[in-house]
Amino acid sequence: MKIVVLVKQVPDSGAERTLKSDDFTVDRGSASNVINEMDEYAIEEALRIKEAQGGEVTILTVGPDGATESIRKALSMGPDAAVHVVDGAIAGSDAVQTSAVLAAALGTLEWDLVLCGAEATDGRVQVIPHMLAERLGVPALTGARKLTIDGDSRTIERQTDEGYEVVRADGKAVVSVWDTINEPRYPSFKGIMAAKKKPVTTLSLADLGLAPDTVGLANAYSAVVSAAPRPARQAGTRVTDEGEGGVQLVEFLAVEKFV
Amino acid sequence: MEFRLTEEQSALRESVREFATEVVAPVIGDHYERGEFPYGIVKRMGEMGLFGLPFGEDVGGMGGDYFALCLALEELARVDSSVAITLEAGVSLGAMPIHRFGTDAQKKRYLPRLCRGEAIAAFGLTEPGGGSDAGATKTRAVLDGDTWVINGTKCFITNSGTDITDFVTVTAVTGTREGGKPEISAILVPAGTPGFTVGPEYSKVGWCASDTRELSFVDCRVPAENLVGERGRGYAQFLRILDEGRIAIAALAVGLAQGCVDESVKYAKQRVAFGHHIGDYQAIQFKIADMELRAHTARLAYYDAAARMLAGEPFKKQAAMAKLYASESAVTNAREATQIHGGYGFMNEFPVARMWRDSKILEIGEGTSEVQRLLIARDLGL
Repeated sequence: MKIVVLVKQVPDSGAERTLKSDDFTVDRGSASNVINEMDEYAIEEALRIKEAQGGEVTILTVGPDGATESIRKALSMGPDAAVHVVDGAIAGSDAVQTSAVLAAALGTLEWDLVLCGAEATDGRVQVIPHMLAERLGVPALTGARKLTIDGDSRTIERQTDEGYEVVRADGKAVVSVWDTINEPRYPSFKGIMAAKKKPVTTLSLADLGLAPDTVGLANAYSAVVSAAPRPARQAGTRVTDEGEGGVQLVEFLAVEKFV
Repeated sequence: MEFRLTEEQSALRESVREFATEVVAPVIGDHYERGEFPYGIVKRMGEMGLFGLPFGEDVGGMGGDYFALCLALEELARVDSSVAITLEAGVSLGAMPIHRFGTDAQKKRYLPRLCRGEAIAAFGLTEPGGGSDAGATKTRAVLDGDTWVINGTKCFITNSGTDITDFVTVTAVTGTREGGKPEISAILVPAGTPGFTVGPEYSKVGWCASDTRELSFVDCRVPAENLVGERGRGYAQFLRILDEGRIAIAALAVGLAQGCVDESVKYAKQRVAFGHHIGDYQAIQFKIADMELRAHTARLAYYDAAARMLAGEPFKKQAAMAKLYASESAVTNAREATQIHGGYGFMNEFPVARMWRDSKILEIGEGTSEVQRLLIARDLGL
């Protein structure tokens, strides 16, 4: 089975992240950039499928030059090859445009299955898998906590707030995963050394037959019109137990929808 | 003259660092408190190839070198020393003697499992009557037909009593050399061999999540082919292993020294006293600056020793200096880090308390500080 895994480089969610003050895009220059965490689960799932059934795993990344670092790291986990779409005109693209670039890139590859994280920790838009599946004309199996491949059919357990749904599709599909699906491996030294020699194909918009004026911040369908830093954390509610403390705690949890 | 890591070495370091922070740090305190060997962590260390780092892919290793192992040890010890010493002993003392001196059959039989971390092995040198004076070995092995019969006691043997321990390579007197000195050989004793008894886990001051035991051999019989390396070369072989091991212990000590800096910086930015974060006070800043200085200098010392070793140059003195300086730096940094943490530093739940307890053994194991000074002095012709 030929699997393509979408990998996005994002600013480290464990560090301070900022938006640029002029156009409200993510300031990637000042941040320490890493593989989007959820994508590591997609890579792991792809590798497990390959280990069980054979096949090939290719990483597909749309991002600036600096994303090479994340591509190498992804490859050191075990995938066979990578495709890096890099073009200055793409900067600031929204999800609609990015999904078009991804679909065009997938058009240059042979694939049976596309795996990706259910969200990226920077934009958290969560719609790329759906948009991409629509553009590719294949089913979207999104939000998986479990994926089973049986011959031509792909079945997922879709994680929901209440439990899970079983969703099945046959043939080609786009599957997005949550971090409940597996435990990603850490790159071994052998994997790190091997990653050096793995092919990384670089593609531009021209290579994909896409016009520069269809992508980028200026041509985006959506725009961030304003942004404000998260307000400082408010003081919490103090419950004094005068015999009713337990009830008040449960009420609080219920209001916050924890129970 | 280049002391920068290659891209691959940096990537390995980063990979182990993430593993240590994400997998080891959250749970190791509990293992430590209960004195339990962290089987789950060791399994995952095996899966990421750490136990196979310096071995070739032909025996199931990662195709790295001894320096790669040192980098991994440093990053693990930055978070916890019990798992670091488990790896260090597993590779340097468990697998390395077989890799270097074993027969093809021994390598084929044992190395792949050791490289994957599915099994670990131990080296039994130290005896109740002596550590540094390895020549004073009391354990005896007598060849009876095609069987070695071993009698004696070994103590402080790391990795020797876990559920996944495959064997222990023990040094034993196998005869007398010309001039009356004992002939010492190394013999592989599989776990579970009748007559080989593993004692209970010691109650240790530090390294509490690592496995350390006393071993006894009473008429323990193993086949003659279990000899590791040449008969009568057991001690000489071991000295080479020990020289390398010093670089690894230095790396581990640097990790602990750096971990003390990490924890102290974090705490100094959080803790408020007299209206300011304690990190705003020079008394604390200077302490931490000195700690960073020690960790950095010790790191350069072990990088240098490892570079010489890998280049095939003499490295005995450099290894001794790296081990001596790094272990003393670790002890000093751990003491200072505990001091910076005040009362909390004396509470076992704080990582620096664990580091303080783990640091002292570094001045003792793999050659005491006194032995290291002796080696340096000898090299200077004294």
